[in-house]
Amino acid sequence: MKVLRNYLNKIKPNFEEGGKLSALRSVFDGMETFLFVPNDTAKSGSNIHDAIDSKRIMSFVVIALLPALLVGMYNIGFQNYLAAGKEGTLVEMFLFGLLVMLPKIIVSYGVGLGIEFIAAQLKKEEIHEGFLVSGLLIPMIVPVGCPLWIIAIATAFAVIFAKEVFGGTGMNIVNVALIARAFIFFAYPSVISGDSVWVATESIFGLGCDLPDGYTCATALQLAAQKGAEITNAAGGVLATGDMISGLMPGSIGETSVIAIALGAVLLLWSGVASWKVMLSVFVGGIAMSLLFEYTLSDNPVAQVPFWQHLILGGFCFGAVFMATDPVTSARTETGKYIYGFGIGAMAILIRVLNPGYPEGMMLAILLMNVTAPFIDYCVVQANVNARARRLTKKN
Amino acid sequence: MAELFSKKNKEALTTPLLKNNPVTLQVLGICSALAVTSKLAPAVVMGLSVTIIVAMANVIISLIRNTIPNRIRIIIQLVVVAALVTIVSEILKAFAYDVSVQLSVYIGLIITNCILMGRLEAFAMQNGPWASFLDGIGNGVGYAMILIIVAFFRELFGSGTLFDYPVIPQALYDMGYINNGLMLMAPMAFFLIACIIWVQRAKDKSLQEN
Repeated sequence: MKVLRNYLNKIKPNFEEGGKLSALRSVFDGMETFLFVPNDTAKSGSNIHDAIDSKRIMSFVVIALLPALLVGMYNIGFQNYLAAGKEGTLVEMFLFGLLVMLPKIIVSYGVGLGIEFIAAQLKKEEIHEGFLVSGLLIPMIVPVGCPLWIIAIATAFAVIFAKEVFGGTGMNIVNVALIARAFIFFAYPSVISGDSVWVATESIFGLGCDLPDGYTCATALQLAAQKGAEITNAAGGVLATGDMISGLMPGSIGETSVIAIALGAVLLLWSGVASWKVMLSVFVGGIAMSLLFEYTLSDNPVAQVPFWQHLILGGFCFGAVFMATDPVTSARTETGKYIYGFGIGAMAILIRVLNPGYPEGMMLAILLMNVTAPFIDYCVVQANVNARARRLTKKN
Repeated sequence: MAELFSKKNKEALTTPLLKNNPVTLQVLGICSALAVTSKLAPAVVMGLSVTIIVAMANVIISLIRNTIPNRIRIIIQLVVVAALVTIVSEILKAFAYDVSVQLSVYIGLIITNCILMGRLEAFAMQNGPWASFLDGIGNGVGYAMILIIVAFFRELFGSGTLFDYPVIPQALYDMGYINNGLMLMAPMAFFLIACIIWVQRAKDKSLQEN
C-alpha cells in the first residue's frame, strides 16, 4: 500500500497543470481516487463525514451483480451444450460462458469509460464513477447473440445522450444501462428479440458447440404469449419451476437466475444502497396487476400465466433489484418510492399482457417511471405542504 | 444593383442561414422536420416547396401590406399561403407524383408551418417586396439545409441508401452490419437536430446562453 502511495505521489506532478502529461489529468485523478480515499476536505459549511462515497456505493452494486453475472455465464454454456445435445462439465460450460461474456464486458467498459474520460477532460472535472455499474449492467441485459459493435454504439449513445448531456453521474433522468438496451431494442430489433439470439451458436477456442444454422429458441415469455405453447428450454424440454428459479433457461444474460439476483438483493438491502420500499412495491405492483389480468382476461395467454411465474420469468426480478432501485433515477420522497415502485411493477405486467409485440415490459416500465419520478416527488411534496397548511389554518 | 444587395438586404438573405436559422435557433417548423426527413428525396422537395412558398408569400404580402386592415391580417396571410400551397401541391401531383405521395399531408400542412406565418408577420408586413423576397429565400434555404442534413444521416444509417441508391456495400451487410431502425423513427430526428444545434452553438460563442 505504502509503495503504491509513494509511487502515485512521485508521478503526480506530471499530471498537474503545466506538467508533461496534463492531458491525462482526469485519468490519473480517477485512478488515484479509485485506489485511495480522496484527500480533499470540504471548504465551507458544515458537513457530515461518512466512510462511504459514491465510488464505494458503486463497488457494492458491482459486487451484488457478481452472482447474477456468474450464473449468467454458466447458463450461456449450459444452454449451448443443451441445444447441441452434448455433455459438458461444469467447468467447460462456465469457461465457455466466460469467453462469450468477456468481450461484451470489455467493449461496454471500454466505450463507456472512454467517453467518460474524454468528457471529464473537456469539462475539466473529475471522472465520474457512475459508469462502473452501467458498464457491467449493459452486457448483462442483452441477449447472448447481440453483436459487439451494436453494444458499442448503444453504450456510446446511452452515455452521451442519457448521461453526459444532463451533466454526468447523478444528473441523469433515466437509467443509462436501460437507455442502451432501449436503443438496441428500437434500432436493431432483430438482435434483441425474436428467437435466434438467446443461445450462443458458435464454439470458442474449442469450448462450446457449433449449432446448426437456423437454430432457434424462444424465451419463456415469448412462449407464454403463444396460445397453448409449453415453456421450454434450449433443447425443447419443458421447464420446471426449479429451472425458472435457478436460471437455467434462455433469456438475457444476467436476468435468468432468481437465486443469484436474490443474493445481490440481500447485499444491496443489507448495505442500504438500494431502497427496500422500491423493491417491495415493484413486486406488489406486479402481483396486483397480474392477479387483476388473470381474473379479467380469460382468453389472453399471457394474462393466464400465474402471478408467481410472472415474477420469476423475464427481467422482472433483475429490473426490480438492480434497475428500479437506482437511487439517482428513482423517486426521492419516501411515499413517492412506493408509488414509483408500484407503477413499475404494474406497467411491466401491463405491457407484457396487453402488447403482443413486446413480450417483456420491464425495460419500458422502468424508463417510463424514471421519467415520472420527479412528478411523483412533486406531488408528494405538494400534498405534504397542503396538509400542513390545512393543519395550520384549522388551529387558528 | 448596388442597392439591390445593400447591407440590409444581404443580411435578410444570409442571417437565416446560420445565425438565425429558423429550425435550429428559432425552433420553428420542427413538426415537418421530423416527419419528412426519413428519406432525402422528400426532404429536398419539402425544402424546395417551403422556400418557394415563403418567398412568394413574402412578396405578395409585402406588396399589399399597406392595404391590409390590421385586424384581419392573419386571415389575409392565410389565404395567400393557402393559395400558394395548393398550387405547389397540384404541381407536385402532376410532375412528381411519387414524392407527393410520400409527403402526403405534409405539403398541405405547410400552411401551418410556423416559419411562414412568422416571416409574414415579422418581416413582410414591414419591408418592401425585394427585401421580403430575399428574406423568404434565406429562411426557406435555412430550413431546407437542416432538413437535408437530417435526412442525409437518417437515410444513410436508417436505410443504407442515399436518394434510394444503395451506398453501403453489400460486403458490410454480409459481415453482420444492420441498418439502424431507430433512424427511421421520428425521435431520432430530434436527436439529430439537437446534435446540429449542439455543434452550431459550440462553434459560435455568440449563440450560447447562460
